[in-house]
Amino acid sequence: MAELIIPSLLETIYMVSLSTLFSLIIGFPLGVLLVITEKGNIWERPLLNQLLNGIINILRSFPFIILMILVFPISKLIVGQTIGTTATIVPLSIAAAPFVARIMESSLKEVDKGIIEFSLSMGASIPEIIFKVLIPEALPSLILGITMTIINLIGYSAMAGAIGGGGLGNLAIRYGLYRFETDIMIASVFVIILLVQGIQFIGNRLSSIINKK
Amino acid sequence: MIKIENLSKSFKSVNNTIWALKDVSLHIKKGEIFGIIGLSGAGKSTLIRCINRLEEPTSGKIFIEGVEITALDKKSLRQSRKNMGMIFQHFNLLQQKTVYKNIAFPLELERLPKKEIDRRVDTLLEYVELSDKRDAYPSQLSGGQKQRVAIARALANNPKILLSDEGTSALDPKTTKSILELLNRIRKELNVTIIMITHQMEVIKDICDRVAIIENGKIIEMNTVEELFKNPKTSTAKSFISSLNPIDENGLIDPKKFKGTLIRLSYLGESAKQPIVSHMVKKFDIDVNILSGNINQLMSTSAGYLILELTGNTQEINQAIEFLKSKDVSVEVI
Repeated sequence: MAELIIPSLLETIYMVSLSTLFSLIIGFPLGVLLVITEKGNIWERPLLNQLLNGIINILRSFPFIILMILVFPISKLIVGQTIGTTATIVPLSIAAAPFVARIMESSLKEVDKGIIEFSLSMGASIPEIIFKVLIPEALPSLILGITMTIINLIGYSAMAGAIGGGGLGNLAIRYGLYRFETDIMIASVFVIILLVQGIQFIGNRLSSIINKK
Repeated sequence: MIKIENLSKSFKSVNNTIWALKDVSLHIKKGEIFGIIGLSGAGKSTLIRCINRLEEPTSGKIFIEGVEITALDKKSLRQSRKNMGMIFQHFNLLQQKTVYKNIAFPLELERLPKKEIDRRVDTLLEYVELSDKRDAYPSQLSGGQKQRVAIARALANNPKILLSDEGTSALDPKTTKSILELLNRIRKELNVTIIMITHQMEVIKDICDRVAIIENGKIIEMNTVEELFKNPKTSTAKSFISSLNPIDENGLIDPKKFKGTLIRLSYLGESAKQPIVSHMVKKFDIDVNILSGNINQLMSTSAGYLILELTGNTQEINQAIEFLKSKDVSVEVI
């Protein structure tokens, strides 16, 4: 059984880590923009803010399975194929990016307005405030947000297994559901549970270690 | 040093416009501690935040050492903000950074070399007497210690001006005293001009040279602290002064209940030291009954009042009042 579980686990780790990375690359700047363009914030741009909010809400409204099929052409363009483990990273990243943007937004908003005000009073520029104040001050909360994103992506990647992505979800469906090999299904679900527990534990610990508040 | 001319600030909401400041003009001298006192919502915070343009004025001009702050572009404004330190009611320290890193923050913005930052932070820590807290985080400090860190941080760039937005309002009376002493030391030793926004008359009394009272966005009274205590003109000023004393003189003494003439003497500095009342009693054939009195120790002098009931011949009483007036004491018949 291990010869089935281990490659699938590695596929899941591969899909989840890369899609976490890409969704952060897309979602994190969007989250920062959502915060700073808001009314009364350091780079007030009401129209841009509304536009971003609209796009993010629309993207988040799509059921993941439908979004996956919709982005097939994009996957084809980037990876050269529409199914398989690597191809799944594209819809996973696109689905998680707006989620990341919202999570980052709410973490960054936890930073006390007074601290931003102090930075302005010291003559800090907008990039200085973002990188030297906003992000470092929100870091413990951002780490919890990233943890949540990873766990969400583990869930999504298992769903992607249903339409040809690899990983533990795919294993559970192929062997457990289609071939009635219940033991493999239970084993893969068990590994997913361990993975989720482990990541949540690490995320919580990391966040509380670096939090000095 | 700082000149504010016809400053106004309005906030627009959906259906009306609220004027937080209306036509405020004032002139703050170099090396002075200038107090701005008012009740909450009076506009005092808006006023101080207009000075470094955390709040953009609607109209009016602000000059600092001849430079029109209100006309600066964003980049020059950021540069000029580095000459002004600011401290806040809730300290606004970076929670995730050590005391050292907090004080180093403005210096890092200036991209100073690490060695120089080290030296400067250590000097500042010594100045605010917190050298032992160098590597502590804000959450490990008391309120007074937090404000000392904030003050050190505000002084990091050697500013000429220090703005305090309710800097002592979240502190207990004893800590407030020690912070005020520190601010006074900063003014004397570093020649920093300090503007204090407060709602506490103690702050004005203890360290301010001059004070402006602000109400509904307007300055309703502005004077030296001595003169204000000696001769408050508006009822707001009077109520701020009486807030310092547990007994409210006006509430307790009803002239109708006394058969003699009630007078209120206000005295300041030198005149407080002379036995004027005793002279009066010897000189005129009247009796004196002391009803109430108080003395406030100001930074440079003392100011007080005394309420007396005078009984006797009407003409003698009038002459006695004239005598008091000639002795540099302000007399008010209640």
